[in-house]
Amino acid sequence: MIPELGHFALILATLVALILGTLPLLGAHQNRMAWVALARPAATAMALLITFSFACLTQAFVVSDFSVVYVAQHSNSLLPIQYRVAAVWGGHEGSLLLWMLMLSWWAFAVAMLSRQLPDAMVARVLGTLGLVAFGFLLFILITSSPFERLLPAAAEGKDLNPLLQDFGLIIHPPLLYMGYVGFSVAFAFAIAALLSGQLDAAWARWSRPWTMAAWVFLTLGIAMGSWWAYYELGWGGWWFWDPVENASFMPWLIGTALIHSLAVTEKRGSFKNWTVLLAISAFSLSLLGTFLVRSGVLTSVHAFATDPRRGIFILIFLVAVIGTSLALFAWRAPKVGLGGRFGLVSRESMLLTNNVLLVVAAATVLLGTLYPLLIDALGVGKISVGPPYFNAVFVPVMTPLLFMMGIGPFARWKEASIGEILRTLRWAFAAAVIVAIALPFIYGAWTPLTALGLLMAAWVTLASTLNFVQRVRHTRGGQSFLSAALRQPGSFVGMNVAHIGIAVFVVGVTMVSSFQEELDIKMAPGEHVDVAGYRFTFNSVKAVEGPNYVAAQGDFDLAVNGKFVRKMNPEKRNYHSSQMPMTEAAIDAGLLRDVYVSLGEAIDRDNPEGEWAVRVYYKPFVDWIWGGCLLMALGGLLAMLDRRYRVKARTSSPVKTPAGTQQA
Amino acid sequence: MKSRHKKLALIGGALAVIGIIAALVLNALNSNIALYISPTDVAEGKAPQGKIFRIGGLVKEGSLQRQADGVTIAFIVTDTAKDITVNYKGILPDLFKEGKGVVAQGKMTGAGTFTASEVLAKHDENYMPPEAAQAVSDAQARGADNKVGEAPGDDKMKTGY
Repeated sequence: MIPELGHFALILATLVALILGTLPLLGAHQNRMAWVALARPAATAMALLITFSFACLTQAFVVSDFSVVYVAQHSNSLLPIQYRVAAVWGGHEGSLLLWMLMLSWWAFAVAMLSRQLPDAMVARVLGTLGLVAFGFLLFILITSSPFERLLPAAAEGKDLNPLLQDFGLIIHPPLLYMGYVGFSVAFAFAIAALLSGQLDAAWARWSRPWTMAAWVFLTLGIAMGSWWAYYELGWGGWWFWDPVENASFMPWLIGTALIHSLAVTEKRGSFKNWTVLLAISAFSLSLLGTFLVRSGVLTSVHAFATDPRRGIFILIFLVAVIGTSLALFAWRAPKVGLGGRFGLVSRESMLLTNNVLLVVAAATVLLGTLYPLLIDALGVGKISVGPPYFNAVFVPVMTPLLFMMGIGPFARWKEASIGEILRTLRWAFAAAVIVAIALPFIYGAWTPLTALGLLMAAWVTLASTLNFVQRVRHTRGGQSFLSAALRQPGSFVGMNVAHIGIAVFVVGVTMVSSFQEELDIKMAPGEHVDVAGYRFTFNSVKAVEGPNYVAAQGDFDLAVNGKFVRKMNPEKRNYHSSQMPMTEAAIDAGLLRDVYVSLGEAIDRDNPEGEWAVRVYYKPFVDWIWGGCLLMALGGLLAMLDRRYRVKARTSSPVKTPAGTQQA
Repeated sequence: MKSRHKKLALIGGALAVIGIIAALVLNALNSNIALYISPTDVAEGKAPQGKIFRIGGLVKEGSLQRQADGVTIAFIVTDTAKDITVNYKGILPDLFKEGKGVVAQGKMTGAGTFTASEVLAKHDENYMPPEAAQAVSDAQARGADNKVGEAPGDDKMKTGY
């Protein structure tokens, strides 16, 4: 009964989405205020209905109702309760419903937090979201309903893929989807601006915090996925340039360009068309990612059992969304006019370069991701494009970007002086060069790439710090340095925090790829192995019982210089229901390094307490990779919460920013 | 500088940068693609020498051999028509199993021997790498053509995707 209620709520939500996607848009066009006023209640109703529907599905999982096909396929009565809840989005149908849930929540948030926006604008934004929601709800109802019944009911569920039975899975998809779907709000703002022809500084200011929020979620979601791959897949890597990873990375790159471009549109009124185009692209790439992952053209852990109808539906939806929005852009964009002029060396020109580089980076990822599909579709052969391609392209594109990241915040709007910037930054650069020359030697080996990575990281850190200190000095008046520092606007602090986050990330990537050590080796109980100064002693393997698996659990001692540090207990699990083996690595995490041990396989299958193939890793600074991502997200959060976005401004004319907030 | 000159400089600079990037990207792409080649193609001598490529197929039952060091491994990949021996040093993925699908990336090292730098197995029980599935179904299709009348319409490999 409850699944039917969930299904019914979903059908109602589809009708509400259709109303939301038509009447308010028409109302805004024809000045019918009654229709415009429908937008907020309709968005609220949609959010309630979908939340209810989602709750119904969750209930079916919690009580293990195996008369629902989707539950029977993705759950099991032995599955611990937290994974039963996470299993709701462990498969195709449920993850789409989660996508939809996020979309309805974003729409609800816009409805609630947009008191300062003109009603017509809100109607257009929510109406656009309603149309997107309508498309997705139709998709769910027609091709992928999670509420279908199984008659007779299965006695036992097939269980969740063991790879997904992990804390990382509980939070990775919701975060990632919040990011993906969040770009629909930026997209809706862009469409609303095109429809109304009001594409000005006020529009950019409304759009900025929403775009930033989506970007923060996407950053966290990607970082979470990377961390999960690191500790759960047992390969010790943190990024594989897997097509599915790329699918989430492309919207991130475009989204990053978008938040920078929006700054120019708000402050200077320039880059308007470009900003709109980026907003459309970011969301289109989110949809493309969904298409690639869900249609089964890509194969990976994310590709659930697939059905060609789904691929075709998403493809049509994708073409409709991108086609309509680009047509609208072509029709309306020329009307929105050019912005302020700017010099060859100026904040604008640097942000333009930033945008070009980020878009180029996204395009190269797109090329590397789609090329194998294209070759396959043409029937020329099957190929794969490996990580070396992406690495070879990314280093040269990212290096100038990082370099500019140090300079950009010092450049003035309109016209900046190279001489002044050079004078300000020469010591920061000199210090960064010293770090780049010296530090690799301390770690044992100097290579140009290691030095380049550290140079850029030190450069960005020093320049960002200097940028912050300089501004606090200029604005402190009579206050103490600390109180002036605390009074800096959130967007300015956030920018520097996020840039330092990039630097921290670069340190992690550079150090781990330069100095990691890995060893695959056969070990018998009692033997030990030394890696990078750490001694791993293999004591024994014993069988342990988990809630829904049995595992061989290794017992290792980790020691440094003869001193015992801790026990490490990697596991090789075998899940009852799926009979799938799974490696659980044991990781000793630290600020400056992780050490990592995992069990490969028993040399003699019949003697699991004897010799094992064992993998041992030393990963310097690897946690900086995710620490850097957290800093980026924190920076985004600070920028998003900047006070001036909450100032009431019903007028659409560019509002004068208070003195001292001229930073993007 | 006049604004027209500025514009020209900007456009020229942008074009130069884009040209360099395009050259870089195409070069990187060209040198980093790995072709998929089936064991039958390898047997027919179609494998590129000294270049990295991928093979796909099934791990032959009973073919897994482990050397004394415990981590140097050899196994046979078959598309049911032809076999190829794969050498690999390291730990195999969790889902590597005899009789199941596998994809390996590496180079030819000697006649009929392939040395893998990477071994990929499927992500769950029902799923088979499409390249492996393709190699097997191609080989079976050829086999069906050669032996006319024998098991016509022999069901193709169930690929589960």
